[in-house]
Amino acid sequence: MRPSPSAPAGAANRASSRAEGGSEGRAVSPPRAAGACNGRRPRRIRGVAGRGSGSAGTRRNARCPPSLLFYKMLGFLQRPVVVTADINLNIVALTAVGLLSRLWRLAYPRAVVFDEVYYGQYISFYMKRIFFLDGSGPPFGHMLLALGGYLGGFDGNFLWNRIGAEYSSNVPVWSLRLLPALAGALSVPMAYQILWELRFSHCAAMGAALLMLIENALITQSRLMLLESVLIFFNLLAVLSYLKFSNSQKHSRVPPADPERARRRVASACIRAVLGELFPALLSALPRPFSPSWWFWLALTGVACSCAVGIKYMGVFTYLLVLGVAGVHAWHLIGDQTLSNVCVLCHLLARAVALLVIPVIMYLLFFYVHLVLLCRSGPHDQIMSSAFQASLEGGLARITQGQPLEVAYGSQVTLRNVFGKPVPCWLHSHQNTYPMIYENGRGSSHQQQVTCYPFKDVNNWWIVKDPGRHQLVVNDPPRPVRHGDVVQLVHGMTTRFLNTHDVAAPLSPHSQEVSCYIDYNISMPAQNLWRLEIVNRESSTDVWKTILSEVRFVHVNTSAILKLSGAHLPDWGFRQLEVVGEKLSPGYHESMVWNVEEHRYGKSQEQKEREVELHSPTQMDLSRNLSFMARFSELQWRMLTVRSDDSEHKYSSTPLDWVTLDTNIAYWLHPTTSAQIHLLGNIVIWASASLATVVYTLLLFWYLLRRRRNICDLPEDSWLRWVLAGALCAGGWAVNYLPFFMMEKTLFLYHYLPALTFQILLLPVVLQHVSDHLCRSQLQRSLFSALVVAWYSCACHVFNTLCPLTYGDKSLSPSELRALRWKDSWDILIRKH
Amino acid sequence: MLCATSRLLAATALPAQPRGGGPAPRCRRRELHFPGHPELSLCDFLTGQLVRPSVPAGRRAILRRGRMPPAVGRGLAGSELRPRRGCCGPQAARALGPDVATEAAARSLKRPAPGSRRFEAAARWALLALVTLLSFATRFHRLDEPPHICWDETHFGKMGSYYINRTFFFDVHPPLGKMLIGLAGYLSGYDGTFLFQKPGDKYEHHNYMGMRGFCAFLGSLLVPFAYLTVLELSRSLPAALLSAALLTFDTGCLTLSQYILLDPILMFFIMAAMLSMVKYNSCADRPFSAPWWFWLSLTGVNLAGALGVKFVGLFVILQVGWNTVSDLWHLFGDLSLSLVTMGKHLTARILCLIVLPLALYTATYAVHFMVLNKSGPGDGFFSSAFQARLSGNNLHNASVPEHLAYGSVITVKNLRMAIGYLHSHRHLYPEGVGARQQQVTTYLHKDYNNLWIIKKHNTNSDPLDPSFPVEFVRHGDIIRLEHKETSRNLHSHYHEAPLTRKHYQVTGYGINGTGDSNDFWRIEVVNRKFGNRIKVLRSRIRFIHLVTGCVLGSSGKVLPKWGWEQLEVTCTPYLKETLNSIWNVEDHINPKLPNISLDVLQPSFPEILLESHMVMIRVLWPSPFDDFSKSSWLSTNLDHKSLAMGNNGLKPKDNEFTSKPWHWPVNYQGLRFSGINDTDFRVYLLGNPVVWWLNLLSIALYLLSGSIIAVAVQRGAHLPAEVEGLSQVLLRGGGQLLLGWTLHYFPFFLMGRILYFHHYFPAMLFSSMLTGVLWDTLLRLCAWSLSSSSLARGVHVVGILSLLLGTAYSFYLFHPLAYGMVGPLAQDPRSPMAGLRWLESWDF
Repeated sequence: MRPSPSAPAGAANRASSRAEGGSEGRAVSPPRAAGACNGRRPRRIRGVAGRGSGSAGTRRNARCPPSLLFYKMLGFLQRPVVVTADINLNIVALTAVGLLSRLWRLAYPRAVVFDEVYYGQYISFYMKRIFFLDGSGPPFGHMLLALGGYLGGFDGNFLWNRIGAEYSSNVPVWSLRLLPALAGALSVPMAYQILWELRFSHCAAMGAALLMLIENALITQSRLMLLESVLIFFNLLAVLSYLKFSNSQKHSRVPPADPERARRRVASACIRAVLGELFPALLSALPRPFSPSWWFWLALTGVACSCAVGIKYMGVFTYLLVLGVAGVHAWHLIGDQTLSNVCVLCHLLARAVALLVIPVIMYLLFFYVHLVLLCRSGPHDQIMSSAFQASLEGGLARITQGQPLEVAYGSQVTLRNVFGKPVPCWLHSHQNTYPMIYENGRGSSHQQQVTCYPFKDVNNWWIVKDPGRHQLVVNDPPRPVRHGDVVQLVHGMTTRFLNTHDVAAPLSPHSQEVSCYIDYNISMPAQNLWRLEIVNRESSTDVWKTILSEVRFVHVNTSAILKLSGAHLPDWGFRQLEVVGEKLSPGYHESMVWNVEEHRYGKSQEQKEREVELHSPTQMDLSRNLSFMARFSELQWRMLTVRSDDSEHKYSSTPLDWVTLDTNIAYWLHPTTSAQIHLLGNIVIWASASLATVVYTLLLFWYLLRRRRNICDLPEDSWLRWVLAGALCAGGWAVNYLPFFMMEKTLFLYHYLPALTFQILLLPVVLQHVSDHLCRSQLQRSLFSALVVAWYSCACHVFNTLCPLTYGDKSLSPSELRALRWKDSWDILIRKH
Repeated sequence: MLCATSRLLAATALPAQPRGGGPAPRCRRRELHFPGHPELSLCDFLTGQLVRPSVPAGRRAILRRGRMPPAVGRGLAGSELRPRRGCCGPQAARALGPDVATEAAARSLKRPAPGSRRFEAAARWALLALVTLLSFATRFHRLDEPPHICWDETHFGKMGSYYINRTFFFDVHPPLGKMLIGLAGYLSGYDGTFLFQKPGDKYEHHNYMGMRGFCAFLGSLLVPFAYLTVLELSRSLPAALLSAALLTFDTGCLTLSQYILLDPILMFFIMAAMLSMVKYNSCADRPFSAPWWFWLSLTGVNLAGALGVKFVGLFVILQVGWNTVSDLWHLFGDLSLSLVTMGKHLTARILCLIVLPLALYTATYAVHFMVLNKSGPGDGFFSSAFQARLSGNNLHNASVPEHLAYGSVITVKNLRMAIGYLHSHRHLYPEGVGARQQQVTTYLHKDYNNLWIIKKHNTNSDPLDPSFPVEFVRHGDIIRLEHKETSRNLHSHYHEAPLTRKHYQVTGYGINGTGDSNDFWRIEVVNRKFGNRIKVLRSRIRFIHLVTGCVLGSSGKVLPKWGWEQLEVTCTPYLKETLNSIWNVEDHINPKLPNISLDVLQPSFPEILLESHMVMIRVLWPSPFDDFSKSSWLSTNLDHKSLAMGNNGLKPKDNEFTSKPWHWPVNYQGLRFSGINDTDFRVYLLGNPVVWWLNLLSIALYLLSGSIIAVAVQRGAHLPAEVEGLSQVLLRGGGQLLLGWTLHYFPFFLMGRILYFHHYFPAMLFSSMLTGVLWDTLLRLCAWSLSSSSLARGVHVVGILSLLLGTAYSFYLFHPLAYGMVGPLAQDPRSPMAGLRWLESWDF
């Protein structure tokens, strides 16, 4: 947080008294309240916010007598206005070193490092505004990275194909990496603030920030075009702003304890009222809990949560945690009988709006921007529905542009299966017939094969024919086909009829074979009548429409339904997909649903002409637009269901490896020297953070049991502090870590970093607690402090030792590298010469 | 059936006749039925009057502390009021004092006549008997139809037969359920000769009724259990009656109870555990008394039963565990209890709820292993030592050469469970997967391709040549393993393994045993208590690749189609000691050595117990660590290769879309038990839609009303005493049931395995009970709020009656689903079920 003297509220400036308060050492939450303002002259107006307002906040409920207020206002008129800004130099310093550690030689290495190869291609897509689909997360993170590219003037022309490839000169490496680095750097002062807001001592807060500062894995991760650091930033921001919000809330409800203090409070509340006159006029008009800063922090919580979710789905965990804590607080609020019902309702509504509605809107907004930005068709189109594809520039839109909307008798169509699994494909037939006898000895009808084919092909064209007439052209005016009509489907190139009969399908013997009928003059009559059922006729209409209508073909004789079975035919079927007639339909399934993708009115009577016609591209007019919500829901659904195939990776690891740092990831290796970048944590911090979690849990249980027996080891306020810190930090670790045990996707060490961040925050909490409550004498306390200092220098030493692997700036000799391999499972690259 | 219903109606309707216009119905209070438990008087219920009297303030404080409402109703008669030892403490008793005194005084004025009390008790028992009777009647009606195998009877009947034949098999579920089925079959004279090959096979002369009857018996007991549980939780007869009716008239429960399946057994134990837990909760005011011990230990027994039938039993264990923990927590907070008493409480629970169930669970396995002592289709899943127990297995009383010598033909088995034998075959690794050499895999089944010849690394002469002396293989020797069928050497090199990229590829290389230096392995014995020689079965050995220094192991991952879905073999450069890289020699053929009868290391009982669990877990939950791809491995190895092992739930059966957990509560889709076409005898597992949709509605209503009450209490609203009592029932009793439903339903969303509709039924039991409690309470609340009008009294009775009648009528409509139907399908307007296909997705 940069100090900004002009900022009235918001920039978190520390009262200098605060710094003193901190230097008092571990005084157990000194009543920070009483002081600051009263010690000063009323005219000195302080930019107060956040914890700085801790002093003022305690008296929010107090009301000024109007006369006094008036007097004070006059006083303000008589004297000059002086604005003093209190700057907490600690935060400034922390920000500075944070920036230094994250931004130092940011553009080095000028080569693709690890997952940059993955995110980079999306950045390029954004720059070129080409549509893509990435199942790994919502688009906000990608957009942020792309923003860096945009600011740096990147044109998107770079081939992201291999880790270690040198960047060409048009790639603004520095600005691409800037945003994650900034996020990583700002996490350092934010750790300080969080601990401070949790009411821990200044030392503890400094400790947390310094630990964040020297955590190698966090540094590595934030110096590259990767999203974890941004995610961590928003996670921390959500927690921080919630804390600020709830602190401002809490102060308002502290009843005045003794008359003297109450009187003082009244006085200083008046000062605040004066301030209110000066700055936003609303400030004094509203009750404290609904002050602008209260609103600000509340809304910021919601925004930060949604940003976290928008970067990676993982952000949901932190969001749920914040929601949970907010829920508990709200529950207490409901139980507070000093508040009126209306007041409680307002509180609940405000929270619901900020923590539920805002995130939803923000999330939709991300997708809106995403879809607005990506308006051109690209390589991932195929996965989407025809309608979606048609809404993109180029691609299918170009093909389908100008198609007639309503399918009529005589229309030439291609039919795409809606299910799209295993691959999107079109109903297809070709000259080849089913083999007489299959490998397993069963027989077939030996008629022409009908398959589903994943590529565009002239054999995908079918003609819709009225069974009552012979002609294959569209009348004038066209007679549209409706729901419930019986039609025949004629294969365009071979003029054979789509047919199914009571013969077992090649690969799914319980279903019927689908073929194009060839009359072999044996007792197998043609059964080529199909009843058309429009599945989505409620939302669409009764008329069969191109792209829009999803239809089923029900066989009239056997009531079998035309279906994609999903199996690949053997070589005789050219490995195309099997199409069957499903006799026993257990309800609706997308594999039975087809839609018309390409469509034109057939004009040629003769087969030869028709073949020429089929080969020519369609070109007619159709303009249609999909609403944003429809596009959003389709995109979201595909993103959640799309599966990446490569489930194996050299550096993948299991959650159990993470806690003990049994694994690492080699991010980059210099092409010639042995300079290299690894994702490798500061093992001292990892180990002690895990230890702290264990200690915290044990202590918590111990205290809980003791309290149950009415033995209170801790004073009430420090107990509450201890519980809240645990709920947020240990809870944050748990929610960000434990779900990975249930996930089946490929996991990497960097997935642990958000959890680790929370664990690091817990570490000083536990340390301070041990020192405050478990060290009984001054001697023990000093001893403990000495130990902590020793431990911290140890961590610094480890940081220093691992630095070359973090920044990759120094080429180490093989023996040095070998010496760094502290664990057998670490994969440190050693060149063989 | 109809007659039974009408009797039931008569029983409920009878007292509804107004007994005069007095403003307060003069109901007689009755002493507790179960000691220490005040209950509603029947006539209170019958008049539809709100029966919950005010709860004294002190009592309320106790209730708040999370105990079950022990005395929500009246009945704090002086005689009852013994001090609640060790749970409410003196201050509570003091608080109770005055209230109780007045109440007791008031009560003594109108002490119920003994005759009336007897009548009420009789009515209660009569209702229970009626409910039980009805349940048995519905479950046993047409039990013998259809006389052919339905659905999963093919598995469980078969497994029952295995017990009768004492053949060893492997199944993913614990053995108790199948053992009971086997026992029932045995007792009823079934001889285990029926093959249970596929659904639809006729039983003919084989006696299957014993097994079906046993399952139906347990299934029938669910209804009285539900009745008693709800009665205990809500102290309200109508609620209990409603719950019982919902279950009796549910076609799904009925269908599931009529066949040889594990589900009735599982549900029986779940409900029994629930009932005994509730009973023991209500004994809480007299800890360490005989009934308390009885119900507590019975809970433990039932938990063991539930877990012993299916692992789903874990959920009810969680529920009981949660209940116990919160119970202990409240006891712990009671400062009047000394820590010693606390210790006693804790020990009692540990004994009854942990030690006892574990002991029983283990005992079922002991019986399981004792009964199944013949080799059967499940052998390959288990370790060599395990197999040696089974008579008929080639390792049983094995007579093999004891020590490995050069020239021996051996099979090498991985020590990790369910990985199998080192295997190779003529197929090559495909293009792009390392070097294009012969595949080496592990394979679970016995096969010629598992045979390897152990040879010296530097000579290719035939060691079996009689002129050479026998030379034993020793720890640290450099050897070569030659695949017997293809004469290729076990080989490894610096290529990535096909799946585990960090490891090296293992291949078969060379022609007729001549390869290169990458074929050399150092053999190491891990446990050297048998000396440096390598003893068959006992020695745990490792193979270390000489050139790269890596260790031969199996990653346990399933190779894709090209590898026939066998498991990957790699050479791992990390020298961690894991079971994956340790092997033992199982078969051993060497004509030059004398065969000696080998006392194969007989594993101890704990070892085989552990082993069978490891195998089950690996098959049930192919964990992400192993990357078992879900169904493929199981489908090939379980279903096709050894048909006996085919198990429901692991592989989608042909022609079925598997069902999703969200389908279940909405009764979206049924399961076809028998028959497809219109000429077949069709049985279709589908819940009675009226019951199920009522349940669904009730859950929503419960959440709504529960949260309204909770918020009101939290806001400090002062509820009238009656409402307070009702809301306690709703929150506590209903809360228990809702927890049960949640625990038995939501975990399925997390399961990756194939799921079926019938998995929902345990949860459905809970939701039906919840429905009973909810509607009764809501109707009482309604009646209470209408108390001024004359309508009030009727509301409750009419409401309950219409619910009862509605479910009964819907059962009448849908009963063909369960009892079977022949004739045209429901799409056909001629079918008797024509109008009843309310959802497109039902196909009966």
